[in-house]
Amino acid sequence: MNTPKVLELDRRTVRTARTAAARLGRPVVELARSHTTVSVERATLRLAGLAGADHERVPWVNHLVDAVRDQVGIEHGVTTPVWDALRREEAPDLLTLAQKASTGAVTFQIPGTRADLSRARRAAKAAVRPGIRRIDRQRAARERQIARLGDPPQRPWIYLIVATGDIYEDIPQAQAAARAGADIIAVIRSTGQSLLDYVPEGATREGFAGTYATQENFRLMRAALDEVGKELGRYIRLVNYASGLCMPEIATLAGFERLDMMLNDSMYGILFRDINPIRTFVDQRFSRQIHARAGIIINTGEDNYLTTADAVEAAHTVTVSQLMNEYFGKEAGLQDWQLGLGHAFEINPELPESFRMELAHALLARHLFPDAPLKWMPPTKHMTGDIFQGYLLDGFFNLVGALTGQSILLVGMMTEAVVTPFLSDRDLALQNVRYVLNAAGGLVEDFHPPRDGFIQTRARQVLDEAIALMQRMSAEPSTRGWSPLLEAIADGTFGHMKRPADQGKGLDGVAQKADDYDNPATTLLEEGA
Amino acid sequence: MSSSRTTDPQPSQSAPDTLVSTVPVKGTQGSVIRPYGDMTGDGMVQVSFTLPVPHDKRAEGAALQLAAKMGMAPALLVHAKAIGPEHTFFVVYGSVTHLVEVDKVVVIERDFPLLSAKEVNQAIRKSLRRPLVVVGACIGTDAHTVGIDAILNIKGFAGEKGLEYYSEIRVVNLGAQVLVPELVERAREEQADAVLVSQVVTQRDAHIHNTTAMSAAFREAYPSGKVPLLIAGGPRFEEGSAGALGVDRIFGKGTTPAEVASYLVHAVGQRHGTRSSEEQQ
Repeated sequence: MNTPKVLELDRRTVRTARTAAARLGRPVVELARSHTTVSVERATLRLAGLAGADHERVPWVNHLVDAVRDQVGIEHGVTTPVWDALRREEAPDLLTLAQKASTGAVTFQIPGTRADLSRARRAAKAAVRPGIRRIDRQRAARERQIARLGDPPQRPWIYLIVATGDIYEDIPQAQAAARAGADIIAVIRSTGQSLLDYVPEGATREGFAGTYATQENFRLMRAALDEVGKELGRYIRLVNYASGLCMPEIATLAGFERLDMMLNDSMYGILFRDINPIRTFVDQRFSRQIHARAGIIINTGEDNYLTTADAVEAAHTVTVSQLMNEYFGKEAGLQDWQLGLGHAFEINPELPESFRMELAHALLARHLFPDAPLKWMPPTKHMTGDIFQGYLLDGFFNLVGALTGQSILLVGMMTEAVVTPFLSDRDLALQNVRYVLNAAGGLVEDFHPPRDGFIQTRARQVLDEAIALMQRMSAEPSTRGWSPLLEAIADGTFGHMKRPADQGKGLDGVAQKADDYDNPATTLLEEGA
Repeated sequence: MSSSRTTDPQPSQSAPDTLVSTVPVKGTQGSVIRPYGDMTGDGMVQVSFTLPVPHDKRAEGAALQLAAKMGMAPALLVHAKAIGPEHTFFVVYGSVTHLVEVDKVVVIERDFPLLSAKEVNQAIRKSLRRPLVVVGACIGTDAHTVGIDAILNIKGFAGEKGLEYYSEIRVVNLGAQVLVPELVERAREEQADAVLVSQVVTQRDAHIHNTTAMSAAFREAYPSGKVPLLIAGGPRFEEGSAGALGVDRIFGKGTTPAEVASYLVHAVGQRHGTRSSEEQQ
């Protein structure tokens, strides 16, 4: 990521941009800290080792959280009533307690005395700690494997997608993709999983346009990639999605099973899945704390703005989103090397100077976030079915990636919007990437756009527009009593979607924390202990 | 998305009295043609495919055998490359023996007039005397709003503004992964004249199940004859399946907002007993 500072951005302007992002983000972090959700509570129970599901595949964590919620609410945190019930010997262990609770056979309470309260809390903390340790061990295992096998020899790392719906079909495809040159394998999730308020269990063979994210599927794919990584002498990274209503739980399972990257955008679920904004920000903060601990790189979803809005007019909204993702990510404990901020090659190729603008936007992201592993995403909106033209467009996309020192390159398919990629499409796409990186990878050294030329000017313009948008949001008077970012989201500022904070899916799973709220997982994650 | 193919919307099966015309393709000389490579009548085509065999002489022979069975004679194998140890990719050029009989080609013409935005607005004012209400959503598991957004968002598609741009159309876009009961409820609340659902990414016929579930729910929730116009759009729907899916209309790949708006005016005009201005001419 040693890109020369060819854009010559004004340091003060960059600082102004970060200050504006922090100003928008701070009240949202406060909101996230003062609320909990059913999914955060379920993730905490997963850390304490509660796994599995009933015969109808409803996970035990759902049963237990629902039972506690019905009796005492989640605003105190579920761990206090749960470990109080265990202490009162309502059940011999956590699993049995969940099973009994599912039939309504357990009485939950908030302990009445200080002594009982602190005994329940101590027991809960002791139970959650091994879950955190398990995540630590997986992080160490990753670091060991990378030390032994090594990282990919080139930048950008090559990111390929598999998505058959059947984990047992995904595995040979992922291994073949790694052998053909992929450094990172993403298993696309079944559409619709983001709106499930539980995590499915077990190995799955049926999904829609993707494969369900389950702990067992994670484990199977991790083992398969470890095997092929050994064969190739390269650590193959595995990607999945910590998004949707179960974001904190999926993040936890990813930590358990050593996934390496997780798609985890601060606003994607709100805008594109109509998930309640508060639910999203609370779930996201917890999941990012887990990712920080697990050494997982997050991938943010700025490409999505450009598929609904125009890539030139909305270029600055990508920058705003990147800055917000950075602010929220760092607040949750992520380091620069874990911020896989996204951007995409989506300008209409019919526009004059479209390639120069792409270069300007890509360089802007590279310069604003010099230490972040930026994820560069291929054209989708202007892939027309003319596969020959599309192949050329993907070549130019690869060239921008090489010229501007991008870190992660999602390989574009000429059959985008036509069919799910053929074996040959993937092979041709990888040839395209290899050709461009071999032929022009070093061009990043020679590429110095002239001072105040088209590229520098365009990059400055986009940054200025981003700052202006953030400042405008902050200055806008609040009409509903929410913080400026929430007001802006409600007004349709991002991606033209209006998402008020008092609507959206998953709102009924949100609770404001009571004064006696306790969550040993958050405590351990924040203490770093 | 900006495919040069235009859709050939087919008539609604639930309204069998609409006009259907089948016409031969015009502008061709003679009724029999062959593909054009670089000379009239050479019949040249190119194909590419992968066979699940290792790359060797036998694999190349297998590719030529397939080309011959596809009617390519002579066939020229111009490229063969191993993809991993068990597959080989081929590019083949050759002359096809098949002939295209142009006068036997049947296409279904659009059965409603294509109107400008101004004409659409005028027609709505005349037939409804209030804005036409459109509720749109991606239903079921589909999270891909590109289709519905291209038609509804002001931004539009292929240089045409979406339905939000029309002053006499009120658009309620519910976005992705909307549940059917939620859609029905919103449609009633908004007193929708038309409901548009989009199904872009689907697998194992999910688009068909989702659409039939949607139309059934509407028929159950509304008194008969009062169901809003139900329109499904997406690249996977078959032409002519509207009746089977219980919807009034299917729109395929490449449909523009103006086509949808024109259809709405046509269909709503018919329902309300008034005819759109174009038809009176």
